[in-house]
Amino acid sequence: MILNIALAQIHTVLGNVSANLEKHLILVKEAQAKGADLLIFPELSLTGYVLQDLVPAVVHRPKSEDPVFKPLLEASRNIDLLVGFVEEDTRNRFYIAAAYLSRGAVLHVHRKVYLPTYGLFDEGRFFAGGDAIQAFDTPFGRVGVLICEDFWHASLPYLLWLDGADLFLFTSASPGRGLNTGEQLESARWVDHINRAYASLFTSYVAHANRVGFEDGLNFWGASSVYDPDGDLIIRGPYHEEALTLAELDLNQLHRTRSRLPLLRDERTNLVARELNRILASRPSGQ
Amino acid sequence: MTNVDLQINTGLARKILTGFIHTEITRTGMQRAVVALSGGIDSAVSCYLAAEALGAHNVLAVCMPYRASSSDSLEDAQAVIAATGVHSLTIEITPMVEPLFERFADMDNVRRGNVLARQRMVIIYDQSAAFGGLVVGTSNKTEILLGYSTLFGDSACAINPIGDLYKTQLRQLALELGIPPQVIHKLPSADLWAGQTDEGELGFTYAEVDQLLYLLVDQRYKPEECVAVGFQEVFVRSVVERVRRYQFKRILPLIAKLSNRTVGYDFLYLRDWGT
Repeated sequence: MILNIALAQIHTVLGNVSANLEKHLILVKEAQAKGADLLIFPELSLTGYVLQDLVPAVVHRPKSEDPVFKPLLEASRNIDLLVGFVEEDTRNRFYIAAAYLSRGAVLHVHRKVYLPTYGLFDEGRFFAGGDAIQAFDTPFGRVGVLICEDFWHASLPYLLWLDGADLFLFTSASPGRGLNTGEQLESARWVDHINRAYASLFTSYVAHANRVGFEDGLNFWGASSVYDPDGDLIIRGPYHEEALTLAELDLNQLHRTRSRLPLLRDERTNLVARELNRILASRPSGQ
Repeated sequence: MTNVDLQINTGLARKILTGFIHTEITRTGMQRAVVALSGGIDSAVSCYLAAEALGAHNVLAVCMPYRASSSDSLEDAQAVIAATGVHSLTIEITPMVEPLFERFADMDNVRRGNVLARQRMVIIYDQSAAFGGLVVGTSNKTEILLGYSTLFGDSACAINPIGDLYKTQLRQLALELGIPPQVIHKLPSADLWAGQTDEGELGFTYAEVDQLLYLLVDQRYKPEECVAVGFQEVFVRSVVERVRRYQFKRILPLIAKLSNRTVGYDFLYLRDWGT
């Protein structure tokens, strides 16, 4: 089975959801014209990233009656979509979220679990953290979605792997930082390393959509990419420039790689659970 | 003595910084920039980057010599203007500042230097309005951290592409941009009085202090760890104290909080809000 995936690395208008929605719908048409089955947008693609006090003003609920999700759900009848937005729950908590839309329905919403609140990041001040991780079924197999800092922690991709994800969809709005003599900024190099590692360790596809552009002095570096189950790079978009990057994923590669390298078959999940419980039980809380 | 590596990928810096200038100016609805050009390396780098980002026809370089400014400065500024092809304007500030100097005959060099810097700020912001362009800043990371600038003077700008590059790194970027060698290699000077040099006034070289600042600020070394790797303790202490003392130059004026929502504390929006 072939999956044509498209990665939209876009610049966004900070806090202007309708302008960003318009851009999403234009890219949907473009990706569709190029034969894409699935189009993924970066973290907070409908709102922009450093929202601060704009957060309560840009919230949406992924429902068919929502004015932003209505046209997106309509568009998803022809192409699957992963979009980034701020979700408000029924108790008025705000989450950094990503919604997977397919054939007019919301298949899954992931709420970002790890909110970086250190260095240049201040997400924990403005957002609630998600409290669940779950893979879900799509027309292209079982998928796991994570948002930026979520996949800086090895545990979440691992859980998704155990929950059946063969295709990891990662989204981010990653500020570029760490200029030295390297070809890439340190932050870009680090993300590239771990994406390659997850594809290799989990013998799975890893697709990453990262935004571009600037917000005040922050640059976002793009270079959206796809790694295959052998850990080989299939495609990488340009650094620092808007692009719609397409890749053809041969999902039968999962079969071939896992025939050669049965890491999933040999994974000792009961041992993991037993030892994790022992470790958590044996140490004082909070350590 | 540890050798601290401040080498950077100048091509990558150039790409990010021209993207920054172009994006941050055009998102305001403007297309143009103004740069105060001194003849030194910092303003030359800002001018080159602005010309590359926006097109030379969208950049105005303003030279603002004072009577005591060195003639080399103006010549070097002209070389930058000729090489980039930007619009230019030379405005002599002597007749604007002399009446103030005469009124306060006891004014020392620091006060005079501040007056010159602030007079230039008045002109560059007026030209910003006249030309329809944002002021692109010319302060580097070294001088921002050391507080080696005039508040509301040379540090005033709308956007600063070079404020996260140490002087040592700016020289590398200047080479990448093809800035005339005489601009890159001359002794840095605020050019406030004859024979003034930055390094003479500061009491250390940029090469030394950039390495120390890199360890203290970027690598989060403790002062005693900097001493342990070979920096003189007196030097380390003086730089640490300088960085602390001049924090006021790096932030907006303090607002006394009274209400539930106060600008600067809990009214938080980026400047790029809505764009």
